[in-house]
Amino acid sequence: MRNRTVPQPAMSFEYIMWMFTRISGLALLFLGAVGLVMAFAMGGRTLLDLPTLARWTFFPNPNHVVNSNIPDVTQGWANAYWQIMQIVIAFFGISHGFNGLRVVIEDYIGNTIWQPMLRGLIFLIWLFFMIMAVFVILAS
Amino acid sequence: MTAKLRTSWQGLRYRGGGTMIAWLLHRLGGLAMVVFVGMHVFASFLTQQFGSDVGTAMNIVYQSPYFQAPLYFLIIFHALNGLRIILLDTFPKLLEYQREVTWLQWIVFLPLYGLVVFFIIARIVSGE
Repeated sequence: MRNRTVPQPAMSFEYIMWMFTRISGLALLFLGAVGLVMAFAMGGRTLLDLPTLARWTFFPNPNHVVNSNIPDVTQGWANAYWQIMQIVIAFFGISHGFNGLRVVIEDYIGNTIWQPMLRGLIFLIWLFFMIMAVFVILAS
Repeated sequence: MTAKLRTSWQGLRYRGGGTMIAWLLHRLGGLAMVVFVGMHVFASFLTQQFGSDVGTAMNIVYQSPYFQAPLYFLIIFHALNGLRIILLDTFPKLLEYQREVTWLQWIVFLPLYGLVVFFIIARIVSGE
């Protein structure tokens, strides 16, 4: 096998998003593990069924588990630690998802006039969901 | 136009094997999760701000075992496949063993998903 000269990655938008996809994916796995362990530590074994456990793992918000068996969801969950955790998870999750959506769409439309337009549209939807998520987290 | 049709047909007939299925599932699961998480955030917002029943109605759909089983499949597969992609990107020499790594990924996947299926079936059987 002969040696190839591989160009050094430049700090382009695509490279940054490529890197972000990997970092946010690993971060989501780590944050999910923290959420899962904490849900068990706080009584997940007896008080939560599987769907509710999944909710606490990824989005531990009192509004998110209204129809679960926990007597009082605000007790022990609605504090600054979980709010920060939720904001970080929401940021990584929503950004990872909408960046993936952008990659899939740009795979199929190619380099046309639609590309920057759809990119802008996806940015706006991303912004909408980020604001909504942070609003829900801080207001609960 | 004919060329386009022909390439689509070839795309359907393209037999990439296990790694192509992994790519397809990764992509489908990712898109499904964008919709799912988006609806979730929206439902939380509606429940919190307006006390709307829409959020509760959505929660009932999400909690149904028949919705959960494929969803967990896609999520766990997406996570493991993402780990495989990160691993192969970081150590390009492993690309030579791509097929074997994909099989290893399924071997890790099956017990994890099997556990989830066990809980889901246990819930159906107990009749909740």
